[in-house]
Amino acid sequence: MLELRGVTAGYGHFTALWDVSLTVQRGEAVAVVGPNGAGKTTLLRVLSGLIPPRAGEFRFEGESLAGRPAHEVVARGIAHVPEGRRLFPALTVADNLRMGAYLPAARAAFRESLERVYALFPVLAERRHQRAGSLSGGEQQMLAIARALMSRPKLILLDEPSLGLAPVMVLRVFDLIRRVREEGYTILVVEQNVRQVLRLVDRAYLLEVGRIRGEGRAADLEEQAFIRKAYVGL
Amino acid sequence: MIDPLFLAEAAINGILLGGVLALLALGLNLIFGVVDIVWIAYVDLVMLCMYAVYFLVMVYGWPVWLAALAAVAAGGALGVAVHLLVIAPILTAPPVNQLLATGGLLFFIQSLATFLWTTDHRSVRLALPVVEVGGMFLSFARLVAFAIALVAMLALYLFLTRTWMGTAIRAVAQDREAMALMGADPHRIYVVTSAVGGGMAGLAAALLSIQYSVHPHFGAAFGPLTFMICVLGGLGNMPGAFVAAFIMSEVIALGGVTWSTEMGYVVAFALFIVLMFLRPGGLLARRE
Repeated sequence: MLELRGVTAGYGHFTALWDVSLTVQRGEAVAVVGPNGAGKTTLLRVLSGLIPPRAGEFRFEGESLAGRPAHEVVARGIAHVPEGRRLFPALTVADNLRMGAYLPAARAAFRESLERVYALFPVLAERRHQRAGSLSGGEQQMLAIARALMSRPKLILLDEPSLGLAPVMVLRVFDLIRRVREEGYTILVVEQNVRQVLRLVDRAYLLEVGRIRGEGRAADLEEQAFIRKAYVGL
Repeated sequence: MIDPLFLAEAAINGILLGGVLALLALGLNLIFGVVDIVWIAYVDLVMLCMYAVYFLVMVYGWPVWLAALAAVAAGGALGVAVHLLVIAPILTAPPVNQLLATGGLLFFIQSLATFLWTTDHRSVRLALPVVEVGGMFLSFARLVAFAIALVAMLALYLFLTRTWMGTAIRAVAQDREAMALMGADPHRIYVVTSAVGGGMAGLAAALLSIQYSVHPHFGAAFGPLTFMICVLGGLGNMPGAFVAAFIMSEVIALGGVTWSTEMGYVVAFALFIVLMFLRPGGLLARRE
């Protein structure tokens, strides 16, 4: 479904990703783990069109999307839940969800999507008239994921969904992502919380200083990851 | 001692002026909030539209309401043109260059207007009555302008809160990158915002041209005032601009009858400086 080959990207004179190749199959949940500054966020920003790759191939469902702007990429079915959630804080929960369905195709199914999302995240239905900025961190993360679902994506990119959340909330958010997965969405998640995320996904890539250093089934990697923890501080 | 009736009349005139000033301030603020660039030349676009109303009514004999609609359309078109020709190329430039570019546009428009139409003051002559209410004399033109400005601001409010495009405009003002991730082309949103802001300038022009005469330096009179209102309300803060417009117009009107028109402006600008020390983020700034 998603295929990256030899992608290099960065900002100005700084190169954050070197020759990155990875694939995601339909229905799969894949994680990219690695320490802070490894280039995980940059990778997702390339995938959602926020920055163009300098080199390499980026295909989604057979179509090359390299260098396409973000608003065209999301129309192809890739929704990005960005780092720091990036909600519209002064808009209500309901208006945030409405903006998630901004694409013409998603707009046509707005009511139906809204019902599905409220069923998945009942707390958002309760808070629908509240400003997004007034929600707790965990609720904001739920809203960010729900907003992404409103565009009726095929692939969801999650950037550090556990970042800045209390431990109890981390478990709840992972639990909700698991439920989103069970709904049949394909997921690519970037995380520093290796232990939790490996229990969620099928496969994982290890990204270090901008390069893919390893890849494998989540179950196999889990043990290795514990070993790595000792010296890379994952 | 000033006659209380005189003061009451001034206070009402202040409110009436505030309506049109609020319309101007909201238009400028809307564009700033979304595109993040202050259109220093905003009121000079108003001036161009006032000339349009003047020529359509006085030379071509159009009815005023039709000329007003034409002014709104012209303002919208000017807004789009300014965005595409001046703003779009400097979106990522350093703020000082953006200021220079829109400031340069101001001098260009003023000079062009002087070149085309000389510095004569021209006014749309309408035989509009003066209304007497309880011993106070109120200009009918001002009453009409105030009512239309209020309706226009209500329409803007409904547009921004009830429509997809309006909500998207508010969303882009908060986080333009996040809105791109929702599938909205930010440049399209900018163009629509500039058209709406320009249309508001056109409407304000129609409302001003039935009260004031137009000349190439019209922007020098209302431009700083509009900008000051936006800053006082908090740049980009729409409710703040609305409230600030009425505070400023009231100070000018009451100061005007108490001392003199010039003194009214002196007091207003002095109050502005004091309030900026007290609330640098604007009157209605949220304490985060």
